[in-house]
Amino acid sequence: MTFFLEVLIGGLLSGVMYSLVALGFVLIYKASGVFNFAQGAMVFIAALAYVTLAERFGLPFWAAFALALAVMVLIGILTERIVLRPLVNQPQISLFMATIGLAFFLEGIAQMVQLWAFNDLSPRPLTLGIQDQPIEWLMNEFDILVSSFDLLAAAVAGVLVAALAVFFNRTRIGRALRAVADDHQAALSVGIPLKTIWGIVWSVAGFVALVAGLLWGARSGVQFALTLVALKALPVLILGGFESIAGAIVGGLIIGAAEKLAEVYLGPFVGGGIEGWFAYVLALLFLLVRPEGLFGERHIDRV
Amino acid sequence: MKNTRLTIIGLLLAAALLAPATHAQQAGTQFIGITGYRVGPYGANGAAFFSGFIDYLHLVNERDGGVNGVKLSWEECETEYNNTKGVECYERLKTRSATGPTAIHPMSTGITYALIDKTAADRIPLISFGYGRTDSVDGRVFPWLFPLVSNYWDAATAIVKFIADREGGEARLARKKIVLLYHDSAYGKEPHPVLEAEAKKLRFELKMIPVPHPGNEQQAQWLQIRQFRPDWVIVWGWGVMTATSLSTAQKMGFPRDRMVGNWWAGSEIDTEAAGGAAAGYYAASLNLAGRDFPVVRDVQKHVLDKGKSQTPAKTVGSVLWNRGLAAAMMTVEAVRTAQAKLGKKPMTGAQVRWGIENLDIDAKRLNQLGFGGMVPPLEVSCTDHGGSGLVRFQQWDGRQWKAASEWVSGDRALVRRMVEDSAAKYAAEKGIRPGCLAAP
Repeated sequence: MTFFLEVLIGGLLSGVMYSLVALGFVLIYKASGVFNFAQGAMVFIAALAYVTLAERFGLPFWAAFALALAVMVLIGILTERIVLRPLVNQPQISLFMATIGLAFFLEGIAQMVQLWAFNDLSPRPLTLGIQDQPIEWLMNEFDILVSSFDLLAAAVAGVLVAALAVFFNRTRIGRALRAVADDHQAALSVGIPLKTIWGIVWSVAGFVALVAGLLWGARSGVQFALTLVALKALPVLILGGFESIAGAIVGGLIIGAAEKLAEVYLGPFVGGGIEGWFAYVLALLFLLVRPEGLFGERHIDRV
Repeated sequence: MKNTRLTIIGLLLAAALLAPATHAQQAGTQFIGITGYRVGPYGANGAAFFSGFIDYLHLVNERDGGVNGVKLSWEECETEYNNTKGVECYERLKTRSATGPTAIHPMSTGITYALIDKTAADRIPLISFGYGRTDSVDGRVFPWLFPLVSNYWDAATAIVKFIADREGGEARLARKKIVLLYHDSAYGKEPHPVLEAEAKKLRFELKMIPVPHPGNEQQAQWLQIRQFRPDWVIVWGWGVMTATSLSTAQKMGFPRDRMVGNWWAGSEIDTEAAGGAAAGYYAASLNLAGRDFPVVRDVQKHVLDKGKSQTPAKTVGSVLWNRGLAAAMMTVEAVRTAQAKLGKKPMTGAQVRWGIENLDIDAKRLNQLGFGGMVPPLEVSCTDHGGSGLVRFQQWDGRQWKAASEWVSGDRALVRRMVEDSAAKYAAEKGIRPGCLAAP
């Protein structure tokens, strides 16, 4: 039973890490109705910006964080100006294709920056001051292993979700954003500044990418593989709903717990290594029952 | 808008200019096709290896004027460690020169498997230095494959022997628990048969746990390890997987000096990314790291100092860069061996194959080449396309790799028996009549 609990808690905490990445997708989807293929690349470039500023230029945490955030805001604004603005009122598939191009561009730029800053492409260690080590008290009292780092990630995710929920539900920008997602032209016609909204949302997505990048980077180093964490977020989004911030968190918790339990308890019967695809199978099954996800908006189209 | 577009075009041009350089093929040169990778999740590892490989080719041209006067030329094609792209690169490179691409180094067990039939049909040798299909050591069945120096079964048995030594002898391994934590790919599955045989022979309990690509999340795997409570963990990792194994081991409270990696899980790239979590970790190695070798000094003097290469200073002398030098040296020596028999001109794939099969790089020759002490001697024959099977263990002290053993080998008799059995089965399946190829 203790082991089951340990796997469950470990899975839930891993799920929080997936949710952090999924949140970035949700933001862009809410603003433009598009799956942002470049979110993984944004996580990588954000973490790399931080580690470059902190390591190469020796800046303290808050200065490096603030400047890395400025870099992400700049990328967000440039994305709106160069990539999205020419595509207003174009089919959503065009926007999606543009984000694929953006992903390749950001990945290339990130590697160029890394070569310039560090002269090689080796993973850069990133420390946030909290060791990824088990909490001794829990180990001694209950023989359950929980990492203090995972708890930090969960706390950060909680704060982020609360802040984003307030931002989108209680502010004018949040309401404008929903209108933009529904119909670009209609939103423009009632005076909603589409370009400003997109700029803001991409900047907020950059902020979320920075937080996710720092936490993932602290675990396994800042490196190209960070771009692949986006693959972990996709089943989370299918499950939680592409438009829901709460869904990203709940979806992450379900996917995290389910894939770890599956790996540990089902894996040995089928040769192991199933967690990579189990999350997708779960998401696909879920799609059959609830296509819009747990918290997604149900669309009813007039025929 | 116009300015923005100009900026984008400028950036794209800059990116194109920074792309990996090629040393274009020219008539009368020995062309070498390089299926390399410098981007993607395994790019850092590939960049170090292929930088070393190309730096050695530069050295041969700059210092020696080529191989017996035949200059080397090359072209690098990006595979991203992806099997499909690896095959595409191979197909492209084999048409680049009248003599073919000399010898292919895929640096990927998956790409090696994908090219087994193709290289045989095209009569192009494939060198898998420390990776690839292990039973291809039997050159009578696999005349075009050369898993040089040591293979994965040598590595696995050497690691078991290393663990046995630490436990006080092979007899003490009985009822011990060992986990193989492996990259869930052709590479990671390669040691399974020999480890199962070793577990049966030495009566230790073996649990094999896969890690899905790329391996940057290992919570479930390490919870299983924690439940199994092993005495040792063998890490068969690549890229981000190794660093994540080390940091997750720390998170789970598993001692790093009870973890042993193979040579692809034992470079500075792996340990530095794991930070303090890596201290104490062991790895088997094919070659030593360091700059205190004459060949490294020569590369510095004739290549790096002259600005012929863009290899970052930090990479020089690292585990994988030195391995790239050694891989290129073996290729060049194969060309030299073939030339000694067939004339001082560019060699075809079939001629280079003969050169590899007749390689004899003893300690004296290694010293002449400046590799003395970095890699073990190498003698290849038709029946043995591998080599010495020697490995050397090293331990990460928190800052650098330090030798933790002499050159040692594992259970060579067991490996040879299994190689012959497996190769014979393959020959029967494919209808191959085993035998040695004649000189071209």
